[in-house]
Amino acid sequence: MKGPAISIQDLHVSYYGNEAVKGVSLSVETGNLVGIIGPNGAGKSTFLKAMLNLIPKDKGDVKVMGRTIKEVRKRIAYVPQRNDIDWDFPITVLDAVLIGTYPHLKLFRRPKKKDKEWAMQCLQRVGMQDFSKRQIGELSGGQQQRVFLARALAQQADLFFLDEPFVGVDVSSEETIVKILKELCRQGKTVIVVHHDLSKANDYFNQLILLNKELIGFGTVEEVFKPEVIKKAYKGQFAFMNEIGVSL
Amino acid sequence: MAFIEAVMQYGFLQKALLTSVMVGIICGVIGCFIILRGMALMGDAISHAVLPGVAISYMLGINFFFGAVFSGVLTAIAIGFVSQNSRIKHDTSIGIMFTAAFASGIIIITMLKSSTDLYHILFGNVLAVRSSDMWITLGISLIVIAAVYLFYKELLVTSFDETMAAAYGLPVRFIHYFLMTLLTMVTVASLQTVGIVLVVAMLITPAAAAYLLTERLWVMIFLAAGIGVVSSIVGLYFSFTYNLASGATIVMAATSIFVLVFLFSPKHGLVWKTLRVKKKRASLV
Repeated sequence: MKGPAISIQDLHVSYYGNEAVKGVSLSVETGNLVGIIGPNGAGKSTFLKAMLNLIPKDKGDVKVMGRTIKEVRKRIAYVPQRNDIDWDFPITVLDAVLIGTYPHLKLFRRPKKKDKEWAMQCLQRVGMQDFSKRQIGELSGGQQQRVFLARALAQQADLFFLDEPFVGVDVSSEETIVKILKELCRQGKTVIVVHHDLSKANDYFNQLILLNKELIGFGTVEEVFKPEVIKKAYKGQFAFMNEIGVSL
Repeated sequence: MAFIEAVMQYGFLQKALLTSVMVGIICGVIGCFIILRGMALMGDAISHAVLPGVAISYMLGINFFFGAVFSGVLTAIAIGFVSQNSRIKHDTSIGIMFTAAFASGIIIITMLKSSTDLYHILFGNVLAVRSSDMWITLGISLIVIAAVYLFYKELLVTSFDETMAAAYGLPVRFIHYFLMTLLTMVTVASLQTVGIVLVVAMLITPAAAAYLLTERLWVMIFLAAGIGVVSSIVGLYFSFTYNLASGATIVMAATSIFVLVFLFSPKHGLVWKTLRVKKKRASLV
């Protein structure tokens, strides 16, 4: 089923009257790998959470795969920021991935053998099968992020949302994650990623949402990744970047 | 040995033992979720907040269970309301609300001129457990264990990753208040064994010891329940033999187990950790 994966009309979000997201409207077609970029405090994570109705919005209409978010929740996988997780939680890597099967389990049902096998396959896909019995806090940052990607894969979702998946992640883990995200898109899934820095944004994504409270730019990487557009989002910080010799 | 003979002989001691064993189990089970959600202070708050409910129940002549659950849940809602609707942080909101509830409970009980009851509610008097109390405790225990068994999946995922749980459509707010209701029921069941003031110890100390012993939630729950049971029995023994307040001896038994685990837990124990560091440093000389 083609058509827009997400369409957003005039989304507004505020914290105690301070506007964090101002009137964003856009529509993402199915099968894209989309990066949400913008300076610190631009409301990127807020935008993502408001889209998913995880925080209250002041105004706006969000349709996911043509329906309200409530109707399609089980077809969405969300990967939180790494520092939102308690890594001392008594849970093993495999059990953490197994949580990905929960959305499709009925109330009072436990994951069965086939669910565990499926979780193991997802772990294999991110190259973490040898760590299945470890406690999650024993892993490196990159390994932790791969485990959480495996959990999202276990959800068999059509839409993937990742909040800052590359923070504190080693290069090889980052490559693995990007490779899998690209595979997902080739399979017709839609992937939306909040990304903290501009470097590599043009390699990783095929569409970009450039945000600084308002929507500054949206479109293909070629359309958005231009100095004059980026400058508009980064305003003040840009003078500093010029000073230290960074050029875009 | 004299203790075992006495248990065989005296009905009141059998009731005390059964009740405190059940309390040990359910406090351990619920305590696991309380500490994993970083809500130890909330446990303390709810246990204190049942006091006005208990007092009003005495006044109206109804079973204190209903009043206690009512005032406990009401306080949980008030705490959530204040922290969500102002810049007041959650722990501050807890501090304000539970002391207010506790203070109003003290005033009501004092007006009823029943200071002996107040003493027993605050510090527990397990040797005076009546049959009806034992049955209430049994009922609460069955409800709590069934709830945790049936909703284990939901409790696990909301404790571990609440945002993900909300993203796939779980009613996380409702589950929070559901857990608060279970917590209140556990507190009520514990009133006579350890008393309001020390319930929090039975909730968090066995669970915290279990937390240092395992990396799996279900194992932690069983361990916490087991440690709770051992603490109850040992505590009751000392309470009976040396004529000490049962709440205090049970809590001290739990604390002793915690200290042992803290020092000697195979993976997280302080002693082994220190030894490992020493060994490593010595090998680098």
